Amino acid sequence: MSAPTVAVWKFASCDGCQLTIIDCEDELLAIAAALDLRLFLEAGPSELLDHYDISLVEGSITTAHDAERIRDVRERSGLLVTIGACATAGGVQALRNSADVAGYTAAVYARPDWIETLATSTPIADHVQVDLELRGCPISKEVLLSTITALVAGRRPAPTGHSVCVECKAAGNTCVLVAHGTACLGPVTHAGCAALCPSFQRGCFGCFGPSESADVDALHTAWRAAGIADADLLRALRTFNVAAPEFAGGAQRVQLRAKEHA
Amino acid sequence: MQALAADGYRVVGPVERDGVIAYADLGSGDDLPTSVTVEQSPGRWRLHHDDSGHRFGWTPGADSWKQFVYPAHQEVLRIRRTDGSFVVTSPPPAAQPLAFIGARDCEVRAMAVLDRVVLDPLHPDPRYAQRRDGVFVVAVTCGVPAATCWCTSMGGGPQPAAGFDVRLTEVHDAVGHRLVAEAGSDRGAELLLRLEMGAATTDDLAAANGVARAAADGMPRRLDGAALPALLQGTDHHPNWEAVAERCLSCGNCTMVCPTCFCSTFSDHTGLTDDGSAPIETVREQDWASCFQLDHSTLGGHAVRATTKARYRQWLTHKLQTWTAQFGTTGCVGCGRCTTWCPAGIDIVHEAAVLAGLPTAAQPPNSQKGSSA
Ligand code: SF4
Ligand code: SF4
Ligand code: SF4
Ligand code: SF4
Repeated sequence: MSAPTVAVWKFASCDGCQLTIIDCEDELLAIAAALDLRLFLEAGPSELLDHYDISLVEGSITTAHDAERIRDVRERSGLLVTIGACATAGGVQALRNSADVAGYTAAVYARPDWIETLATSTPIADHVQVDLELRGCPISKEVLLSTITALVAGRRPAPTGHSVCVECKAAGNTCVLVAHGTACLGPVTHAGCAALCPSFQRGCFGCFGPSESADVDALHTAWRAAGIADADLLRALRTFNVAAPEFAGGAQRVQLRAKEHA
Repeated sequence: MQALAADGYRVVGPVERDGVIAYADLGSGDDLPTSVTVEQSPGRWRLHHDDSGHRFGWTPGADSWKQFVYPAHQEVLRIRRTDGSFVVTSPPPAAQPLAFIGARDCEVRAMAVLDRVVLDPLHPDPRYAQRRDGVFVVAVTCGVPAATCWCTSMGGGPQPAAGFDVRLTEVHDAVGHRLVAEAGSDRGAELLLRLEMGAATTDDLAAANGVARAAADGMPRRLDGAALPALLQGTDHHPNWEAVAERCLSCGNCTMVCPTCFCSTFSDHTGLTDDGSAPIETVREQDWASCFQLDHSTLGGHAVRATTKARYRQWLTHKLQTWTAQFGTTGCVGCGRCTTWCPAGIDIVHEAAVLAGLPTAAQPPNSQKGSSA
């Protein structure tokens, strides 16, 4: 069995998901042995090949140039795996999708005329076929490792799409929503973090994006019953996965209901 | 507890933690919650303190004894490749038998329900059997039911009737504040004799029974649980399934906290080797699963129960209807956990009453005739 050739690509992102690979400190030697890492600028390798067995893609599409580049990456890739909230949902930078991008560029850059950017930040899957998505901001080391080990052994990787609540209960946590009245997005958020925030008695803020059955309308009703303000739900939905359809649509409906309420 | 620990038991029971009652390892009686009361309603739990000094003045939280005998996550086996062959090993058995301190009647009955499923003679779970074997149960009579409790509707009551080694009742009356202990087995009797406590008087026993009676009278909700399997027949297209699906998050909390839900999923994990050769070890793991997960009903790449409506219907009918045909017992012991810990505050008693066409599901606490209040 020869190690699969691997490339790690970056689009609009903070590099945190790529760093999760390097963060696998104890397993790093084994990963380096199991994968034939040919392109991973963050770590060193920079060989541009015509074909990689596996491409890990971080970041969202925010420029016309990147929209072209992702097609090229797709053509060079056997399996294309997107990693992180930017690649899978457009990331926090997708806040621009409902804002005035020209106004932002003017406010931030001394020479806005030098900036070429799209009005939107979109996930990779809006542009090319994606074979597997790893969620999170950043991705979870454990999910990454189980995906790598599955691919290497020829098993089907199985990231689960159920809610954070399932992991939260398995961890034996106190439910902060029910017992403390703390705003928690766990019931609509995709598992994978092992319920990190509720384990420290904080509410989940949805960095893994919508779960397989995310029902923001039902959560809105539940949060209201717990005495949590609509504005808090809107803020929670409009962060790392603001452009994920379930969160974006849910936030719109929350806003409508908030207006009716007022 | 010290006597049980000296006898080699791992003693576990209630502690106050992060604003809830959790079940954890106990060192001594000092670890028990003290002067704690709880307020429970659909989707809401709050813990309060008073100056009563009571040890068992609360009702249970999300934790249940299931987590000790049927843990949320466990290793099932390990397969290791050797030269031309392979070796399969099972995880080592637990070093100590368990002693549960403070199990309520619903919890004692839940253990029996889970036993019936997981120790089914056709395919008993050896890991469960090993942990369950010889569990020493110190049960406690409930004095104050929560607003979500409905054990008397599901074949139980505040006073555990069987399935314990020792039964405690906390009595606080004109005579004083004391725990009345009764033996439920030979080893329970042996333990109590060894402790050389003062013998309970007939007044003590009468007072203990009085606590149970008052709690039963004050049970906030009643529903004819025994009639539910028949009444829920033919409700598949009842409009209430849609109505509840509007509010249900498919989050799975209800099944995770239910002390009788047994669904689990298995997964295999392979490791990596430092020289890039094929992995030499595979670990098979078992995790709690829920009928609210799409995976749970996925067959041939397609989820049979794709909608929340279908999943809620599976949950409620399995608990209150089909379980009886499947296992010959009820699937629900009336503990109320699924209702308190549902973030959407969905009340299984209310939903069942609507579906079954029964008049009343919930009444405010202490509103019934014969109430202790
Ligand atoms: S704390 Fe949040 S994630 Fe955990 S069970 Fe409660 S709602 Fe779900
Ligand atoms: S179905 Fe609900 S009330 Fe019944 S045993 Fe399970 S958690 Fe308790
Ligand atoms: S109610 Fe659902 S999770 Fe519980 S035992 Fe039945 S199918 Fe399994
Ligand atoms: S009934 Fe409540 S706890 Fe159960 S899945 Fe629905 S929202 Fe979650």
